[in-house]
Amino acid sequence: MIRFVLPVLFSLVALPALAEVHIQKVTSPGGITAWLVEEHSIPFTALDMQFAGGASLDLPGKRGATNLMTGLLEEGSGKMDSQQFAKAEDDLAASFNYDVGDDTLSVSARFLSENRDKAVDLLRQSLVEPTFPQDAIDRVREQVLSIIASNKQDPGKIASTTFDKEAFGDHPYATSLNGTEESVKALNRDDIVTAWKNVMVKDRVNIAAVGDITPEQLGKLLDRLLGDLPTGGAALPGDAKLTLTPGVTVVPYDTPQAQVIWAQKGLDLNDPDFFPAYILNTILGGGSFESRLMKEVRVKRGLTYGVYSYLVDRDHADLWMGSVASSNDKVAEAIKVIKDQWGEIAKNGVTAEELANAKKYMTGEYPLRFDGNGTIASILVGMQHDGMPIDYPASRNDKIDAVTLADVNRVAKEYLDPDKLRFVVVGQPEGLKSTD
Amino acid sequence: MYLRLVAGALALAVVTGPARAADTADQVTDFKLDNGLEVVVIEDHRAPVVVQMVWYKVGAADEQPGVSGIAHFLEHLMFKGTDTMKAGEFSATVAANGGSDNAFTTQDYTAYFQRVAADRLPLMMKMESDRMTHLKLTPDVVDTERQVILEERAMRIDSNPQALFGEQLNAAQYLNSPYGIPVIGWRQEMEKLSLKEATDFYHKYYAPNDAVLVVAGDVTPDKVKELAQKYYGPIPANPDLGPRMRPQEPPQLAERRLTMRDARVAQPYVTRSYLAPERDAGDQQKAAALTLLSGLLGGTTGKLYEDLVVKQKLAVYASSYYSGTSYDDTTFGVYGVPAPGVTLEQLEAGIDKVLAQFLKDGVNQEDLDRLKMQIRAGQIYDRDDVDGLARMYGAALTSGLTVKDVQDWPEILDKTTPAQILAAAKEVLNRDHSVTGYLTPPDSDTGTDAPARVAAPTSGELTR
Repeated sequence: MIRFVLPVLFSLVALPALAEVHIQKVTSPGGITAWLVEEHSIPFTALDMQFAGGASLDLPGKRGATNLMTGLLEEGSGKMDSQQFAKAEDDLAASFNYDVGDDTLSVSARFLSENRDKAVDLLRQSLVEPTFPQDAIDRVREQVLSIIASNKQDPGKIASTTFDKEAFGDHPYATSLNGTEESVKALNRDDIVTAWKNVMVKDRVNIAAVGDITPEQLGKLLDRLLGDLPTGGAALPGDAKLTLTPGVTVVPYDTPQAQVIWAQKGLDLNDPDFFPAYILNTILGGGSFESRLMKEVRVKRGLTYGVYSYLVDRDHADLWMGSVASSNDKVAEAIKVIKDQWGEIAKNGVTAEELANAKKYMTGEYPLRFDGNGTIASILVGMQHDGMPIDYPASRNDKIDAVTLADVNRVAKEYLDPDKLRFVVVGQPEGLKSTD
Repeated sequence: MYLRLVAGALALAVVTGPARAADTADQVTDFKLDNGLEVVVIEDHRAPVVVQMVWYKVGAADEQPGVSGIAHFLEHLMFKGTDTMKAGEFSATVAANGGSDNAFTTQDYTAYFQRVAADRLPLMMKMESDRMTHLKLTPDVVDTERQVILEERAMRIDSNPQALFGEQLNAAQYLNSPYGIPVIGWRQEMEKLSLKEATDFYHKYYAPNDAVLVVAGDVTPDKVKELAQKYYGPIPANPDLGPRMRPQEPPQLAERRLTMRDARVAQPYVTRSYLAPERDAGDQQKAAALTLLSGLLGGTTGKLYEDLVVKQKLAVYASSYYSGTSYDDTTFGVYGVPAPGVTLEQLEAGIDKVLAQFLKDGVNQEDLDRLKMQIRAGQIYDRDDVDGLARMYGAALTSGLTVKDVQDWPEILDKTTPAQILAAAKEVLNRDHSVTGYLTPPDSDTGTDAPARVAAPTSGELTR
């Protein structure tokens, strides 16, 4: 366990790469492109792919189909059933991971140089020739249903589910990608096949490879791996219309410690104010012990183990969010301190010293991220999904350094507003009531 | 295998055995300073990054009775200032140098680390060596931080019925070993932890002859030796540090069975842990056999999943776990999450049947070959994660093992025979040494309906 379990979306700012990482753009003979970092010192390759759209491509009434489909890619393909596939993967000592989010379906693979072709053939089989056998559908469906049932009893999940419903209106973001008990039970094999056709298309995938492989080898690999996938896919969803209103939502739940998330409108990665906002958030609640929220809520008052704020840049919505957990008798005070801090930084801005320290931290920490094949592949595929240029890494720290105190404090004033925050509180908070 | 997206902690326990077996001898250099500080250097020059970790050979299991949680509390307080640094200044300095830092505590060790650009290593050593002997605490800081650890307990344990159940299971598993007491502490004892108890613990255990320094990344052994000598070398050894002695388990003669009912449980499950031997210096054979046994029984290609989930459909998930890196006796575990309509009794009977069948049939050579292939490959993949290697060495060296033991481990695993695995299975899978637990919602007898998410057996690592 590292420092904190950071709110997932903080990592989105794991934008770009470092000057010393030499990224090449590779185009396969068949026209598929990927970013590559050659690193021949260890005889394996990490390969990451992201198919845009993800679970937001679920058709109306079929919520959970993409998620279930993703769970089935390794559960039967070609002539293999799930056990044969898993054993074949183990025999090669390769490792394939399939995951889905609201915006992407991602596949992460690592394989040894000594049996690269066989590993790629096996991975290809799962992506291009999945068979979705009925017994596997039934088995994985039970696993998904178990997760849905557990999430209903998990205070953190209850908080995010409640929040999404209030924030995203009729957009797919408003509901869990797992689907509901009802929607998942109703899914049949055709729905799964449709979800696969809608998401897994070769013109909507970003790819990064890092490791013991040359551009020529990667080009051939890409055609072999993905060449037989179709193009097109279902239409991507439009932007979400934020239906978030200020106030407090209390969800009563019998637990000793209340789980809280809060949010207001955020801003896009491509917004000219993004970097000032990113620095501002680091100072406000960006995950280290140096943030104002951490100092005020944890260090000075002992109201929590952890409190964080983060910029959430999803493909179709931008939020400025935060989270905290605090005992039922203390959570009202924690929320008051958070709101005060949100207002204080909006009104009076940050100091020159805070800005200088934040810049030193952010520019120093940035290159440390690029420290392993698997890590770098994952960063590079995310960069492509976010539309960053391939030479972005070299200039990223300059963008941080270029931000002025006036920029940060203007952005604080323009964006942050404690009266616009919606807090969702799950627990039995003393002294807190739901508002409209 | 869909559930690995969710059942993380448990799945992890399965993976950590075989996967972490790095043959990294050519990257690793170790030496000892005159004051007893052990130093391990792991080179990886791919990126200009370095991790410094100081591991103390003291954890929650070394606490005196009545002050449970003091090892972890002290870990928090180590960030609260020294004679020359203010409270919070340590982490602020690391951050201002573009680095990150933290610490973690388990039953067997307490470790502090910083991850920084390689040229900042001297400053990190200066600060870390400073707080090895110059910690300075004030009562108000201690009072506030006590509230923080109580909130941490509320978050990790009290809000989570699976974690609460894990505490109860551990307490039942160990009749005498302090492993039965949670690392974070029992709440009523945490509430009374004092400044004096923290500083007493600190003075007793924090010394160079009770610590291991691991430096990993873009460094050379010569440079580390020079810096370690400069910063840690002048700190005197603690002459009063005695041998590490803890209460040991008596013979366990009676199987224990626990049922916990909690309204927050959406998904019942059954778990069984058996007291099991750990890796000992120069004597890792039995632990190697158990590591492989866990690989054969657990995971999606293991006997439990194959039989109970895929074939019989009694479970939505089933697996096993074992991690041999431990100072004293540890546990080997199996668990299952029932499919709808299956009771915990039925699933437990199913698990017992799989175990009995395995003991009867013995090891399938193909399955073992596949596992060993993965272990060999793990030695290649492990080299990609130098932080992970640093942790592997640090944990081993504070759990009674040596650098040689770590480096011998892959070969011991590779040479382990089916007969040795079967013998270890027969010895360990004895219900007299076991605890069986049912976690269910209150209105269910033993949990019939609904599917499940499994709770981790408390992995027992806490972070600041």
